[in-house]
Amino acid sequence: MAVTIETSPDSVAPAEGALRKLTMRSIAWLQAGPMMLVFALFFLLPLVLVVIVSAWDYNEYEMIPAFSFRGYTDTFEGCVANLPELCTILKTYLKTLKLCLLTWGLTLLIGFWVAYFLAFHVRSKTWQIVLSLLCTIPFWTSNVIRMIAWIPLLGRNGLVNQGLIGAGFINKPVEWLLFSEFSVVLALVHLFTFFMVVPIFNSMIRIDKRLIEAAYDAGASGWQTLVNIVIPLSKPGIVIGSIFVITIVMGDFVTIGVMGGQQIASAGKIIESRLSALQFPAAAANAVILLGITIIIISALTRIVDVRKEL
Amino acid sequence: MGDKRPRSFYILAAFFSAYVLFLYGPMIAIYILSFQGPDGGLTFPMNGVSLTWFGKVFSGGGIVDIGAAFKRSLALGLVVMVITVVLSVAAGMAFRKPFRGASILFYTAIASLIMPSIITSLGIALEFRLIDDFVNKHGANVGLGWLADGYTTAMGLFTSGLGAHLTWTLPFGLLIMFAIFNRFDGRLEEAARDLGATPWQTFRHVVLPIILPSVVGIGLFGFTLSWDELARSSQAIGSVNTLPLELQGLTTTVTKPDIYALGTLTSAVSFVVIFAALSVILVLQARQRRQGSDAGKGMV
Repeated sequence: MAVTIETSPDSVAPAEGALRKLTMRSIAWLQAGPMMLVFALFFLLPLVLVVIVSAWDYNEYEMIPAFSFRGYTDTFEGCVANLPELCTILKTYLKTLKLCLLTWGLTLLIGFWVAYFLAFHVRSKTWQIVLSLLCTIPFWTSNVIRMIAWIPLLGRNGLVNQGLIGAGFINKPVEWLLFSEFSVVLALVHLFTFFMVVPIFNSMIRIDKRLIEAAYDAGASGWQTLVNIVIPLSKPGIVIGSIFVITIVMGDFVTIGVMGGQQIASAGKIIESRLSALQFPAAAANAVILLGITIIIISALTRIVDVRKEL
Repeated sequence: MGDKRPRSFYILAAFFSAYVLFLYGPMIAIYILSFQGPDGGLTFPMNGVSLTWFGKVFSGGGIVDIGAAFKRSLALGLVVMVITVVLSVAAGMAFRKPFRGASILFYTAIASLIMPSIITSLGIALEFRLIDDFVNKHGANVGLGWLADGYTTAMGLFTSGLGAHLTWTLPFGLLIMFAIFNRFDGRLEEAARDLGATPWQTFRHVVLPIILPSVVGIGLFGFTLSWDELARSSQAIGSVNTLPLELQGLTTTVTKPDIYALGTLTSAVSFVVIFAALSVILVLQARQRRQGSDAGKGMV
């Protein structure tokens, strides 16, 4: 805690180097320790337990601390036997990846241009802050409410259907607007484009404006400047934003649940349903699989750029 | 660049406006619909204007005990906010000097931020489940008999629930502190030291006043992220629900606009907190300017 600074003997005579260094280090530890402790107790230890328990046995009522791959074998049940036919788990992961890719593409497209507008076209600092805040405020409000908010628009008798019928495009309400993959992707884009805008904006704002002027003076077209200067220099932001969006969507079960009318399966929902059946080892095995896939995706992305340098 | 805006400006400005409309439009729709008349339904048109549905929420008519969930979320949000601010500021100070474990803490925070929430939530649920099993089976043998008696679970709002929320808010707090200290002029502290200030005085009278607006920002993140948190709480909250969890439950059962009224009330709390925090930040910044803290500006 910051208060611990008080204990530093800094005010005593010019300290001898070694001792001073030691106290500095212990102070740093006192300051960072509490946060580390929280992560150790509620993040690192739980993760270790997930990995351990994923290799435990279980029955209908409880987990049994005995080594077993049942959690994994149950998960992949029928994957080899029914081969030409895809098993449930593979189908679910393919569906999740599809939703993930669609959401990623759309958030990237929207996020990039929103960030571009804020970084290069808004000239006054005040307006930049005001418009950024405008994009941030929804992030501080409830995700569930932002999902529910689509119901009056996309529902059977929602505004969109009313509008389309009124305009004579369709005779009866379109059903696939709500509780469908469409509404899931729409809601995911609605909720998480913010995670793209912020890092991309951050990268763009650091681009030296003289580079762009130089490109202009050298006769580059707007398009050439964009492709050869802005996009390469925004790459770190694009990668960080992509990591955010992809990890969120891969593990999502709330948005897919609510917007899919609890009818669409996803990687996150498998874990949830195993948990509600109290099959902890099976849930843990699924979590390990999801974690593995997420790590593969992230490490592939971080090869493109060193994330630490960008923070 | 000249004064005349290029055509791309107008195209992108239109695109940006459409994005903002996309962000706010649906929310505004449910705020309006929550004032639906007594006979109104879940969609437009409005069937009269009334406060019926807000009344329903407050009287608890038909809906689960919303008042209790409201208080629980508020209490948890405030606790999360305070802990997030204190731990983030402390850890942010630590990162200004090299210390062993700095990169471990940094990468742990990033991992906690991008970890799929369901995995964190499952892990915490598992941890507490194992604690419960242990207390129930072996509690009496290891001198915890007093605990095992009538013991149900260690899970709860301020144990597992609090932990789950902190894994989500602390990384944001830490990253904001990084952003602050990236721009911080360390010479100010040196000057304070040279003038004989103790480390605590330096922090209290030099560092804290300068970073205070951003610290308020950390508090804003701490509270709002906890107030709306859903995915990480879902498995780790124990027997009682927070407001977002109740709301999520209602999405499958409720067919009346009371869910909108509840949504409007929940958002109202968010907006009050957001605008209070932003006003405090503005006031603090204005005061910094007015009181001539020419910190970091060099010779004026």
